[in-house]
This record gives sequence, C-alpha cells and structure tokens, in this order.
Amino acid sequence: MDHFPTNWGNPRSEEVDSYNTYPVASHIGNVPHSVRQIAGYGHTNGHPTSHTQSPVVTGTSVLGLKYKGGVMMAADNLASYGSLARFRDIERLHKVTDFTVLGASGDMSDFQYVKHLLDSQMIKEYNADDGHTLATHNIYEYLWRVMYNRRSKMNPLWNTFVLGGVNKGESFLGAIDLKGTPYQSASIATGFGSHLAQPILRKELEQRGGENNITEEQAVEILKKSMKVLWYRDARSMNKFQLAKITSEGVTISESMSVETEWGFAENIRGYGA
Amino acid sequence: MFRNQYDNDISTWSPQGRLHQIEYALEAVKQGSASVGLRSNTHVVLLALKRSSGELASHQQKLFRIDNHMGIAIAGLVSDARVLSNFMRTECMKSKMMYDRPMPGSRLVSLIGDKAQANTQNYGRRPYGVGLLVGSYDEDTGPHLYECLPNANCLEYFAVSIGAKSQSAKTYLEKFAKDFGDIDVDALILHGLHALRETLQQDKELNLKNCSIGVVGKDHDWEIIEGDRLKAYLDQLESGSSSTSTGGAAAEELPQGEAMDTE
Repeated sequence: MDHFPTNWGNPRSEEVDSYNTYPVASHIGNVPHSVRQIAGYGHTNGHPTSHTQSPVVTGTSVLGLKYKGGVMMAADNLASYGSLARFRDIERLHKVTDFTVLGASGDMSDFQYVKHLLDSQMIKEYNADDGHTLATHNIYEYLWRVMYNRRSKMNPLWNTFVLGGVNKGESFLGAIDLKGTPYQSASIATGFGSHLAQPILRKELEQRGGENNITEEQAVEILKKSMKVLWYRDARSMNKFQLAKITSEGVTISESMSVETEWGFAENIRGYGA
Repeated sequence: MFRNQYDNDISTWSPQGRLHQIEYALEAVKQGSASVGLRSNTHVVLLALKRSSGELASHQQKLFRIDNHMGIAIAGLVSDARVLSNFMRTECMKSKMMYDRPMPGSRLVSLIGDKAQANTQNYGRRPYGVGLLVGSYDEDTGPHLYECLPNANCLEYFAVSIGAKSQSAKTYLEKFAKDFGDIDVDALILHGLHALRETLQQDKELNLKNCSIGVVGKDHDWEIIEGDRLKAYLDQLESGSSSTSTGGAAAEELPQGEAMDTE
C-alpha cells in the first residue's frame, strides 16, 4: 500500500519497487544541499513534498484581556475533528514560563510542535544559566518570526496564537496568526471570538476607561460573558473552559468551569425537527 | 621561546604538554599596542593607545562598536579583529531580531570562545592573532568586562590590560581596583588614562591623536571619545589628581596590590 497521500492519484514513479519497501531516489533528487534547503525540493525518498493545506484537529477561539495587575486569558477545552467534538479535555492555554502563557487556536498538532519549539528555547536559556531569562516579548518576537518564516515557505503553522504575560510590572498581550502577523492590544480574540467576543471586550475597556480600571473580578466577569456568547453562537465551541491569570506573582491556570445558560426559548421554535 | 620540532602546526603537542602555535599567537597580542579596560558598578570604560606607522600615516583604530550596548578594544592582528567583530555584530543582530533583546555579553563571549577553540583543534587552521577586551552593559545584570584571547580563554574582569607593556597598566589597575565600584564615569576614565599612560615608552605621551576611549553603561550607549573631545580628559590627567573620585589616592599612599576577583 502506498502510504503517502501525495502519491494518490498520480502514476507510480518509474523506479521499480513494487511494494514500496524502501525510499527510492526521485529523478529530481540530486540537487545541491543549499538548493534543497531553499527551494524545498530534491528529496530522495520517492514522494513529492506536501505542505499543510488545511488543519485537521482544531481548537476554536482564545480570548485575552489586560486588567489592573495583569493579563487574563480564556479558552475552552475542545479540540474538534471537523464538525465532530472529538477531544473534550484539551488544555489550549499553556504555561511557557513562570510569567508567560500561550493560548492556541487552530491546528492542535501544530500547537504541539510549537510547544516543543518553545521548550527547546527555554532549555537553551536555562542551560546558559547567566541570570537572563526570556520575557514575554522576547518569546513573542521569536514566535512571530517562526510563523512568518513558515508562511514564506508556503507551509504555515495553522494557528492563531495568543501570548500573554507580565515582565517587570509591565503587562504584555499579543496575537500572531498563521501568516505571521503580530498584533498587540489590551484585548485579543481569535477565530469566532474576533467577531463575537472582541466587540464585548473592547466596549468594556472603553466604558471603564482602560485596562487599569478593570479589577480581577471584573475581568473574570467579562471573559465569562464572552465565553457564554461563544457557547451560544459558535458551533465548534464547548461549555467547559479554563481561565489563565498572569500577574507579577506568576501564572495560575484555573480548573475547568462552565457558564450558566438558558435554553428554554428553544421550546418555542418551530421547524428544524420540532 | 625558541623554535623547536613541535611548533610547526596546531595539532602537535610538545612533550611538555604545550601547543606552541597558540603561544605564538599570544605573542602577536603582546606585540600589539596596549588596550586597557575597567569597570564600575554602572559603566565599562575601554581605552587604547593607537599606533601609527609614520608621521604621515593615520593612527590605527583600536575601538569598535559591536552594538548599542557593547564595544571592543583590540590588540594584535587588526584583520583578525575585523573578522571577529563582524561575527559579534551578526550575533547581536540575530539576538535583537529573534528575541527583541540585546545580546547578553557573557553569551557572546562564550560564542567567541567556541569559535576560537575550533581553530586550535583543526589541522591546517591557525588561531586568531588578536586579543579582545569586550565591554557590555546588560539590562538585567549590569556592566561586564571580558578578555578574549587566541587560546580561547574568555574570562571576566573588573580591570584588565593587553598588548605591549600591559603589565605596567595592570600594576596600576591592581592598586586601585577596589576603588572602581562606586565612582562616576569621568573618574573611571581618569583611572583608565593613568593606567594607559603607564604603558607608554619613556619619551612618549598621550595626545589627542594616539589615544581612544570607549564608554558604555547604564543609560549610556556605546560611545567612542576621540580627537578634540579627549582634551578635557587629558588636561585633567596632566593636572595630576582625579579629584572627583572618592578613593583617589596620591602616589605616596599606594595601598597594597590585591589579587583581582574575576567573577
């Protein structure tokens, strides 16, 4: 059986290996190493290069909000497989350092890969052991350069990341999308959240006159309200989510929680199977 | 040292356990004109004596800017210094590009050490023929001064000197090193000039053309002071004492020389 999807639908290569038992050199396989690295072709394992065209297992919105004293983020515990609510205990808020949290929406396998990349960076930093640590904005710069580089190779990491943290009393909150676009703001929302939740977050910030006029309790209220709206209206969401809080004391990622919802109105709906 | 049968290439040990090529490379540093470095709790100052090949020639530049927060003084082969400073500049740029932060001095110096070591272990290569004094100011850990030599030893110092007659400068620095901590940058420069003056030959003196000062520190990007701007400092040197420094001792009250801590 030919295990490489990119060969399906194509005639088999001229090299005779009836049962695909070993990598067969392709006729464009002999190029200089530098060309191989840049152009991306010249593989000697018998199948063409394929790039990510669409995500497989995905997470929906991630929200972020600056408040007085720190940054708060929210994301539900669902990783969908298309329309199937496949994995219902996934933690999409990841503690990177004692003062930085990474939230991920989009392809979950790419999120796992990025977690691995960041782990490597943290280990490098730890090994240097010279009193310097990576602050949130250092990780942000690194991450958006990675995302942009992948986009430029036409092989994106299919995510929109939210990075929040605190360094020397200053709060940091920013997003990076699959095209490598970095965006910092006092309120961040990805996916459906950018349409449904961002207006709520921005209105709260505006009405209260900025993030320094939002207390921790109020930030929780605002995020819960946004998660409720998303549960009502985003068909790929779940009513089980976590909140992450980053202050100068450190990172706390809460246990999973839910919002109260009211479905009584559904009784009155005619059509759609009623 | 005299020629012997074990000094032809870098990959031959002598029976005494020495690599003569490295020692010869260190000689190249010792032949270069003097460079001095010293630091306080807020600043690093690098000073250098610039040689000229003749009356009509310019004086060889000895201080180079690596980044806003880092500069070097060299002694030895200037061409090798250019290669190393280009490497340092690229690494600093990479750090700012990848992590949005200035390259920590200690890490860059480790990279230089690794690079220098490679040349001491591969057949057909030669050690770099230049010694570097690296002065940097890191946002989290403050000012640092490092010495990088062709033997790939990179150590940190409170004060150090390399090049011709550098031992005389070291003697001065050892005597006054304990005063360097809390003094202001002008007093630090003056101590540096005193040390540099020790390295001059009998009939020579520091003037606006043969001297160069580099400063970096807290809220103070790397800056080179040369030419007419030196006048104020050289005048103060001439007038004798550094009156602003809290520990400025007259020549009569020299305290005992002390061993330098290098951490």
